[in-house]
Amino acid sequence: MLLATRDLTKTFPGTRALDAVSFGLKAGEVHALLGENGAGKSTLIKCLTGAYKRDSGDILFEGQPIFPQSTLEAQAIGIGTVYQEVNLLPNLTVAENLTLGHQPRRFGMIRTRAMIAQADEMLAGYGLDIDVRRTLDQYSVAVQQIVAIARAVHLSGRVLILDEPTASLDAREVQMLFDVVRDLRARGLGIIFISHFLDQVFEISDRLTILRNGQHIATRDAADVDRMQLITLMLGHELQQETATKVRPMADSTDAIRFTGVGRRGRIAPFDLTVHKGEVIGMAGLLGSGRTESAEVLFGAVPSDSGTAEDSNGTVDLRNPRAAIAAGFAFAPEDRKTDGIIAELSVRENIILALQARRGWARPIPQAEQIRMANDYIARLDIRTPDAEKPVGLLSGGNQQKVILARWLATNPRFLILDEPTRGIDVGAHAEILRLIEEVVTQGMSILVISSELDELVAVSHRVIVVRDRQHVSELTGEAVTSDTIVRAIAAPEVVA
Amino acid sequence: MKSVLRRIAPQLLTLAAVIVLVSIYFPNFWQIVYVNDRLVGIPIDVIKRGAPVALLAIGMTLVIATRGIDLSVGAVMAICGASAAWSIDQGFGLWAALGIAIFAGLVCGLWNGLLVAVFNIQPIVATLILMVAGRGIAQLITGGTILTFDNDAFSYLGSGTLLGVPVPAVIWVLTGIGVGLLVRRTALGLLVESIGVNLRASTLTGINSRVLLIAVYMGSGFCAALAGIIATADIRGADANNAGLWLELDAILAVVIGGNSLLGGRFSILASVLGAMIIQTINTGILLAGFPSEFNLVIKAVLVIIILVLQSPRVLPQLAYLWPGRRNTTTPAKTAAPNSGTETKT
Repeated sequence: MLLATRDLTKTFPGTRALDAVSFGLKAGEVHALLGENGAGKSTLIKCLTGAYKRDSGDILFEGQPIFPQSTLEAQAIGIGTVYQEVNLLPNLTVAENLTLGHQPRRFGMIRTRAMIAQADEMLAGYGLDIDVRRTLDQYSVAVQQIVAIARAVHLSGRVLILDEPTASLDAREVQMLFDVVRDLRARGLGIIFISHFLDQVFEISDRLTILRNGQHIATRDAADVDRMQLITLMLGHELQQETATKVRPMADSTDAIRFTGVGRRGRIAPFDLTVHKGEVIGMAGLLGSGRTESAEVLFGAVPSDSGTAEDSNGTVDLRNPRAAIAAGFAFAPEDRKTDGIIAELSVRENIILALQARRGWARPIPQAEQIRMANDYIARLDIRTPDAEKPVGLLSGGNQQKVILARWLATNPRFLILDEPTRGIDVGAHAEILRLIEEVVTQGMSILVISSELDELVAVSHRVIVVRDRQHVSELTGEAVTSDTIVRAIAAPEVVA
Repeated sequence: MKSVLRRIAPQLLTLAAVIVLVSIYFPNFWQIVYVNDRLVGIPIDVIKRGAPVALLAIGMTLVIATRGIDLSVGAVMAICGASAAWSIDQGFGLWAALGIAIFAGLVCGLWNGLLVAVFNIQPIVATLILMVAGRGIAQLITGGTILTFDNDAFSYLGSGTLLGVPVPAVIWVLTGIGVGLLVRRTALGLLVESIGVNLRASTLTGINSRVLLIAVYMGSGFCAALAGIIATADIRGADANNAGLWLELDAILAVVIGGNSLLGGRFSILASVLGAMIIQTINTGILLAGFPSEFNLVIKAVLVIIILVLQSPRVLPQLAYLWPGRRNTTTPAKTAAPNSGTETKT
């Protein structure tokens, strides 16, 4: 093994990001690292490159234990990394970018001609015909990506980690990049490839390692596994396992919100959606498939550039979140910390905030009423906090999520969008949030739940919309809503009969 | 009330310490006499001379609470002062002059607010533009000279007294109370704190952050206009080059001494004006002590450094621990529970 980990463990407050992960990379292979958001891919990479300090376990480079303390040390050992966002300086020349930190010098002055020669030499064999004296930003992202790879290979030369390198490339550029990767593989480098584009994973990889919830799930030869098996491993479902679906009474269709052809170019293709009163719609799909983008369009966070939204009263204005909230919409975003909570403000203030914003600044909610509401929701949702005046940033993830739910329930919305409502929260809070969904739905609220946890979707949804490659590709209703059918629909449309 | 006292305790203690320091040099610090229908004494001088910085600090507090900064207030003072002087010069009368000056301040604030809220330019850069260009605009208004005027009604705002109290002091105290009531009796204060802590989440919660940001910069422009009017009225003339020069830095300093974080969020206007008074007490003390003027800035800098170090998150908790009465304030939960009337959850 060129690079291996043994029982690598890394814990963050509240989560075990890596749980005794053992992983091996051979020389001359492309090894794909797969898993959903939060599976532990980036934590593993950051431990390998010295960006994180591991809690326990070993990292072996050619059999020798190594302890990189920084990405620079990891580079010196032989491990180079190229990220999705090119980590170079766009306003410097290609040559300067390639040689930065080790430019040929004489008496402390950079020898420009020698530097250019060295840069040309570094780029030889990458199939690029570019002028290294021009600034980097004059070239496409793909070329920049390859320059970054050339620099990493030159500095490290043994292991190359590519973290989502193709995310902003078009098909032709991806091929250009893959030619380089194949070439480096032939030269004996070990390459770790991270991508959520499964087609590309199958095209380029020799072996695959799947992580889930910080644990190593499987390592397979790419030839021995198909798309379905891979998704099953990533999402953690045996295909045979049939989950019984509750057949629910169909909701009242007279009072519905109808979205027609809403979408946003480059984020999510136009889609139709009818939301009935008292209905739970699930939304499934892999990371980056367009789930969150759909929610953002529905809530006006990233306004739709096409289509219309209508209800029994006429057109619904979804220009921005403010308009959507006025129309009775609510949205609990995926990333609580950056998009949800106002960390420094108290639990009480966080709970009343959306209602206060809707009332406008001139009509403050009386203090006594605020306290009553806060205590009411703290009791009803069982929010664990010493008191309502505690800054919400000091609560645990699950309790923060409940505070956000309380914030929206306080506005008494008719359509509540929950993006990964149970991510990163403990089992108890998980069950409570599902129970809460059931409860508000019986009161006539409509809910859209986006989740990677298929059990959860199957348990609460009347129907499930499947999103793939930024399109709504299928809709499963009633009996058809099972983990099995969802996995099939995520994998490929043909599989669904 | 108790929580307000706890919030401003460091500023009150600092002000007391500075006053004690000045009193050592001037044992007659507190000697206030009533002559010619006006109170005369060092404290009176402090609250009068401190008016421009106090006014700027009131507006600056709100801007900083949104995680912004307004570097242009000194230049806006010059613009508004020049506008007022020009209006008087044209024979428009007191009320027209005030209206024009305040309108100029609001327009300057609107400009800053648009750059920050609509064009998403970083506040420090956005307001730097007007900081630099503003004095040029003021010079254009005054025609490049110090525009003097003779209008007793207008001068009253700078050098007159009301029941013996200098009018500038009355103006900043009333403005402080007015703005304080406006933000705390309505939801404005909460919404401003919210966008300061997390703009993105606040917008997703339905807060009209764009309008709110513009309003806050316009508020700062309004305060700068009042400060400019006072400065102009006091010297009976508009000096485009020197009116409000560097006062934006004193205002920011006042807000920081007031314990408000430059990273936005929780704010206290009361603490900021106390900060302004601390700065003015130091200024007045140094001036009265008769140090050569070249020492003034250095001494002020030393005192400011001491104050900021004492208030820093590293030092303040230790100081608080030495203070027996404050020891139990480390658990704010206890004082909050009675008025919220909740049973404590575990």
